Amino acid sequence: MSDAPVVRIGAGSASPLHTLREIWHYRDLFQALGTRDLRLRYRQTFLGIAWVVVQPLLAAGIFAFVFGTIARVPTDGQPYMLFALAALAGWNFFSSVLTRASTSLIQNPQLVTRVYFPRLILPLAVVPAALVDLLITLAAFAVIALAQGHGFDARLVGLPAAILLLGALALGAGFAAAALAVRYRDVQYVLPVAIQLALYASPVAYSSAAVPARWQALYYANPLAAPLELLRWSLLGTPAPAVQDLLYSVGAAVVLVLIGAAVFRGIERSFADEI
Amino acid sequence: MRSDALAIQAEGLGKSYRIGRGPRATTLAERLVDVVRHPFGHGAGEGFWALRDASFEIARGQAVGIIGRNGAGKSTLLKLLSRITTPTTGWAELRGRVGSLIEVGTGFHPELTGRENVFLNGAILGMRRHEVAQRFDEIVDFAGIERFIDTPVKRYSSGMYMRLAFAVAAHLDAEILVVDEVLAVGDQEFQKKCLGKMGEVAGAGRTVLFVSHALHAVSTLTTRTLVLEAGRIAFDGSTSDGLAFYRALQAEGSGSAHAYRAPAGRSGVHLVDGRVVTSISDGLHRHGDAFALEFTLDVPEPVSQLCFSVHIQDESDRAVNHFWIYGDGPAFRNATGRFNVRIDVPKYRLVMGRYTVTVWVTDRASHTIYEHLSNLCPFEVTMEGLARPDYEWSPEYMVYAEDYTYGVTRA
Repeated sequence: MSDAPVVRIGAGSASPLHTLREIWHYRDLFQALGTRDLRLRYRQTFLGIAWVVVQPLLAAGIFAFVFGTIARVPTDGQPYMLFALAALAGWNFFSSVLTRASTSLIQNPQLVTRVYFPRLILPLAVVPAALVDLLITLAAFAVIALAQGHGFDARLVGLPAAILLLGALALGAGFAAAALAVRYRDVQYVLPVAIQLALYASPVAYSSAAVPARWQALYYANPLAAPLELLRWSLLGTPAPAVQDLLYSVGAAVVLVLIGAAVFRGIERSFADEI
Repeated sequence: MRSDALAIQAEGLGKSYRIGRGPRATTLAERLVDVVRHPFGHGAGEGFWALRDASFEIARGQAVGIIGRNGAGKSTLLKLLSRITTPTTGWAELRGRVGSLIEVGTGFHPELTGRENVFLNGAILGMRRHEVAQRFDEIVDFAGIERFIDTPVKRYSSGMYMRLAFAVAAHLDAEILVVDEVLAVGDQEFQKKCLGKMGEVAGAGRTVLFVSHALHAVSTLTTRTLVLEAGRIAFDGSTSDGLAFYRALQAEGSGSAHAYRAPAGRSGVHLVDGRVVTSISDGLHRHGDAFALEFTLDVPEPVSQLCFSVHIQDESDRAVNHFWIYGDGPAFRNATGRFNVRIDVPKYRLVMGRYTVTVWVTDRASHTIYEHLSNLCPFEVTMEGLARPDYEWSPEYMVYAEDYTYGVTRA
């Protein structure tokens, strides 16, 4: 039995490579937790899975009324409902991954204090359910778009890239938020406000073209701006974000994931003692 | 010992927790206050060593018990070896796949069905999905809940729930099993089944670390025992010596309460003192050994029908045995003075458990009760080292086990 795995327990941290290998080893747990979330989400609700579609439609409807009908925000020539719904699909994916990742540790204290597994699995495992929601919203979007005579073209290739970027940004922030929430419960109260602010600082209810030229650079410092415009471009053919803004977002996502994971691993060792 | 024959090797393992002002600031404001007050460190919080300098080696295939009083560091050691928390000092190496059961049913969700929970719990315990699938029928069969496997577990009785939870854990395929008191649950029948399963695991050449208060289970399942006391390993050796060491520790803490002495100034007909004569040590008796009760009775005035009676009571206050001493024979009848009473039981076959003595001193003629004393002379009966499959495991299975022979003939 010389090939038996050796577990070393000590005061130092495991190497990042070792952590990655362990996460891979526990991939079935990732899947099981993801499935659990999906199963539980709409069990014992009256409308069930329909909520996935109804929620963003309601939000888009409200946006359509406030920004489209009352404020008459320019939409790059698109019907406001489609214009808002396209970005909302991406936005909801981002905010639900971030929100649920941030509480993934403190809502599972029994897992953290009773059994070992690579803790990063917990924030990671919120992604499948959010992704399923996103796909259902996109399907609803497609139905509405096609019904209004709108077609799709090769620009759809931008869609996965936009989703990947949004997911990475959400996870990076989510890792850090989840770990910090174990130590400081303030995170639970600060985060929703921050997300709300970010919604208005991002091109969801309006187009980034509406931002005055002198503020554009500052506006695109928000790494969410480029992927959201990319998403709308790929679905509706609105103007594409500049390549350098996209590259900036990619860089920000990578840095954020690395920093988030580092913060997480820094606090990880004391989770069970502090949760 | 060659290192590849070792399953677990620990060197100077220690864990300290911050005490004093709570574990740590839990809101940002508290943290900021902390920083202002103690700019050069974490402040006045003192370290408390839950475990200190634990070094040991466990050979592959060995079954080791870990016992100790509450707060002695058992769960800390378990949490360190299970990697739930990290040591402050020292290191350990575990060679082989580790399965740790600190609790059964971790992650069970009430809204999910039995089937869904089996897969989820299996994954949480580190099993691969195909492993769970492979053993699924076995697990359900072991739990005995086939009919309810697709019912949400919130509709289960607590017994069914525990059975299913343990069934998943029992089928965990690990080379090193770290088990905490998970057997303290479920009904008698199921506990017996679980212990049987544990014994099977230990017998199958896997390394088992077993933390428990159930000393009988420890004695049956393990050959070696670590006794923890105040965060240190106070004893490491054979299980029988370990249990004796642990009992001595317990007795130290409680003082010798195995004898009774009448309060000063007691007058009238009364019990002066009483004690149990047990076979292993003061207050500890081995099933089947000679047992005796000794009393001193003070009778200042003659009583025409003095009756002295003794009950042995079990933990649920059931009288297991009555010893009656009355009638014309005993010397204390219609006489005055001090009398020694000794009751001998040549082979006392109480089943394992804790017992106490109740004493009545009465006059059967006038129905006077001179003395009624309960919970005297607590003692424990052990069945360690006695292998008899018909009364294994559970203290409440029976209260008395007698030797017997039988014959079966065709009529």
